[in-house]
Amino acid sequence: MKGNEAIAEAAIRANCKHFFGYPITPQTEISAYMAKRMPRIGGVFLQAESEVAAINMVYGAAGAGVRVMTSSSSPGISLKAEGISYIAGADLPCVIVNIVRGGPGLGGIQPAQSDYFQAVKGAGHGDYKMIVLAPSSVQEVVDCTFDAFDLADKYRVPVMILGDGMLGQMMEPVVFPEKSPKCEQKDWATCGTKNKRKPNIINSLYIEPQDLERLIIARQQRYNAIAEKEVRFEKENIEDADIVLVAYGTTARIVKAAYEKARKNGIKAGIIRPITLWPFPEKIIAETAQRAKAIVCVEMSMGQMVEDVRLATGGACPVGFYGRAGGMVPEPEAIYDVIRRYV
Amino acid sequence: MAVVFKRTEGLTDAPFHYCPGCTHGIVHRLIAEALEELDVLGDAIGVAPVGCAVFAYNYFNCDMQQAAHGRAPAVATGIKRARPQSIVFTYQGDGDLAAIGTGEIVHAAARRENITVIFINNATYGMTGGQLAPTSLVGQITQTSPYGRKVELQGYPIRVSEMLATLEGAAFIKRCSVDSIKNINDAKASIKKAFRYQMDEMGFSMVEILSTCPTNWGLSPVESMEWLRENMIPHYPLGVFKDIEKGGGV
Repeated sequence: MKGNEAIAEAAIRANCKHFFGYPITPQTEISAYMAKRMPRIGGVFLQAESEVAAINMVYGAAGAGVRVMTSSSSPGISLKAEGISYIAGADLPCVIVNIVRGGPGLGGIQPAQSDYFQAVKGAGHGDYKMIVLAPSSVQEVVDCTFDAFDLADKYRVPVMILGDGMLGQMMEPVVFPEKSPKCEQKDWATCGTKNKRKPNIINSLYIEPQDLERLIIARQQRYNAIAEKEVRFEKENIEDADIVLVAYGTTARIVKAAYEKARKNGIKAGIIRPITLWPFPEKIIAETAQRAKAIVCVEMSMGQMVEDVRLATGGACPVGFYGRAGGMVPEPEAIYDVIRRYV
Repeated sequence: MAVVFKRTEGLTDAPFHYCPGCTHGIVHRLIAEALEELDVLGDAIGVAPVGCAVFAYNYFNCDMQQAAHGRAPAVATGIKRARPQSIVFTYQGDGDLAAIGTGEIVHAAARRENITVIFINNATYGMTGGQLAPTSLVGQITQTSPYGRKVELQGYPIRVSEMLATLEGAAFIKRCSVDSIKNINDAKASIKKAFRYQMDEMGFSMVEILSTCPTNWGLSPVESMEWLRENMIPHYPLGVFKDIEKGGGV
């Protein structure tokens, strides 16, 4: 199954019956799949007039208490940024997919990782966070999609699945989990009072500074709980490693080839692959920095995640960087050369 | 003793924050009474705009969502598609609906979105202090057209009802005013009709209501009503622009 189609099918199986989108390359298979499947299962697929409208439809549906998703690619996510900020400010759960392409501007349509800052540091205005999941295989795309809906509902936050054009187009065998989706009771949702309760209000406006600060602090406490409980990463041979490579998504697969070559040639290399980009696996990187001779970060960008890696190390070891951009993909040989430079 | 008049159940006890002489309060009450009389308060979900009516979620006694500026029709679409049995309405001003949210309102109508829009047209941006709106009249002095709206600079005001009535997805479009008892009663009947069209799943319905903004117009409430009658109604004629029950058309 294609990565993009796997996201769509996994979302449907996770009980997402509402999808609002707008066409953009390279995520179109998600919309196409939803357009075909949703009417057959009594769900809603709606192609909005813009990315801005699509994310606001997500806001409305999430506020009405259903599992809802939208997907886009980089320039489209910039347009959705306003809505994402409102969703975060109204504490609404939803899933947003970004199949990243090269930027800035129209950029290109080939895979890139240049939206890390946008995803992790907040694209829209205000003090807010999104949980950001970065799968690196089509199977992990499926698993992350299931988890994304559960996490969104559990913490009432927007969750982003950050892929890239390569992951979206890649075909791999997948197994869909047999678990039935969790269904949180959403007694805060607007679905009509039925004259039985006080009105529910979905809102992000708090004109009194004391009220707004109180809410922001409460939300921050929820973010702290997420940072404590939901960090995910994969590691390989970092215990004895001199050089530890850090990479996420499809780049991590390429890095693995360079790592294997290094090991074969007697270089003690290891890998840390963050799966959650926020919350960032800073603890394991901090620990690793105490032992390793160097950490090397590889990205399909001019260096974005590397800033979080540097922060996590606290300067305990040198941090190297290798990146390609604009849709160019790093080659294992080039990564291997960077590893050798730090031995 | 027989009750001959009581406060509508459709409004909460929260006091309105609107300026004296502003017509938002009248329109709020008409909507609330319409929902109550149609017995759909418990099914209603309203969408509040950005603008003077931003706090509408505190006033209507039904579930409410607050939308970003201009996005109310998209938010309402999401709600209606998630809860098709609900009665979903937006309450939007002219800056919200006819400037920043033009795309959303046009496409909600074109999609035959089964929602009701209450459009408050007072020819200015009230909350931000009276700037030029897409519906400001030619020659109208505002904070951002201090020498009057000039067609060479700012072009012409948009007649939203006439524009949306050209779309096949629109079921009922009417322009009303709340400057007299007669017109207030007509506005209420029109709002009720718009909701009834939604209940019967007939498509998009909108009631535009010509409104006053004494504070930003720099006129007294009485002078504002006169200004509305003398200047706005000639440019924005009252009446039905679309009614599919009567075969459509003006």
